[in-house]
Amino acid sequence: MSGLSQALRDLGALVTNGVWRLGFAARFFMLLLLYSGQSLRRLHLTVREIYFSGVLSLLIIVVSGLFVGMVLGLQGYETLQRFGSGDALGVLVALSLTRELGPVVAGLLFASRAGSAVTAEIGLMKATEQLKAMDMMAVNPIARVVAPRFWGGVISMPFLAALFSAMGVFGGWLIGVVLIGVDEGAFWSQMQAAVDFRFDILNGVIKSAVFGVAVALIAVFEGYDCTPTAEGVSRAITRTVVGSALAILALDFVLTSFMFRGQS
Amino acid sequence: MSRTTLDLWVGVFVVIGIAALMFLSLRVGNLAGANIGETYTVSARFDNIGGLKVRAPVKSAGVVIGRVTDIRFETDSYRAEVRFTVDTRYPFPRDTIATILTSGLLGEQYLGLEPGGDVEMLTNGDALQITQSAVVLEKLIGQFLFNKAAEEPTK
Repeated sequence: MSGLSQALRDLGALVTNGVWRLGFAARFFMLLLLYSGQSLRRLHLTVREIYFSGVLSLLIIVVSGLFVGMVLGLQGYETLQRFGSGDALGVLVALSLTRELGPVVAGLLFASRAGSAVTAEIGLMKATEQLKAMDMMAVNPIARVVAPRFWGGVISMPFLAALFSAMGVFGGWLIGVVLIGVDEGAFWSQMQAAVDFRFDILNGVIKSAVFGVAVALIAVFEGYDCTPTAEGVSRAITRTVVGSALAILALDFVLTSFMFRGQS
Repeated sequence: MSRTTLDLWVGVFVVIGIAALMFLSLRVGNLAGANIGETYTVSARFDNIGGLKVRAPVKSAGVVIGRVTDIRFETDSYRAEVRFTVDTRYPFPRDTIATILTSGLLGEQYLGLEPGGDVEMLTNGDALQITQSAVVLEKLIGQFLFNKAAEEPTK
């Protein structure tokens, strides 16, 4: 009997904690938006965060974009060749990158490269009571620390995703045209005929912007909310990476079903 | 790191990002070559549109000159009404024939325009009078079998 009531109590605590955290996250997001004006007026704070989240992620984005494109080129050609349509390689590479792979993989890389760093930084600031000290000095930590990191991530993400897609197309071209010998004219012209600016590219950019907001929000929230101990910070970082990955994949499904449903 | 170096790197980052976006829209999406110019809308009614889809190309002599914008079913005549836009650079006579064709054996379907001989040109909102429906394989086979059956006794 006591075992049963204990189990029920655990379940109740789990749900209550979940709801409480959700409410706290929503309140935190509202505060974040409220203080964004204050923080964006001191633009150099956000510029600094764009440097740390965006510029320092360039290398990994460029290299992985190139390799993903090259693998797509190899595998896509193998499969398309069986149906005698190796010329459509450009279409395959460009559509899969601009619609799905670009935003999603860039988002996952961004979450693990930049999101985890942001969480660690804010978490450590909390653990060493720097955030409290700021509060004592009448400096709002959300406006001074959290909002610039949030906007830095939101601004960086679409650029990184576009760069990932562009590098992927370049990688596909490198393998398809230069190495395998697909006709260059067919590669580009079929791609240009199939890829629509508004439908494919703009939707990809919208996707990456949504992922940017999700990843940046999760990263700053987990950092701000973490237990202020060494273990708590490490747990918060894990939660950031796992939560961002899940959020990106789930959001991607929802966005795809809205954007591309019932169309060719 | 000093403020100026930081600003420089962020500037470089933004330029690279915008360059990637430009590459995607111009080279991959062919925004420059797409008909973002002035267009006029024309409609045509078909008995059967086969597999024609919205955004399918409109071609004349094999050149893409427009896009299908809207397909709907008309309950008055039980036919399909297809609306499409054509670039204003390409005026067509009023008695142009619209046909639904297929590119390649398994390719996508597109709308083909064959110009007639009228001196008056199509304007925005006009409807094409002469259309030719998509070829439906089952009907084709049915017709073939019917003809074969009709031939048989004469042998």
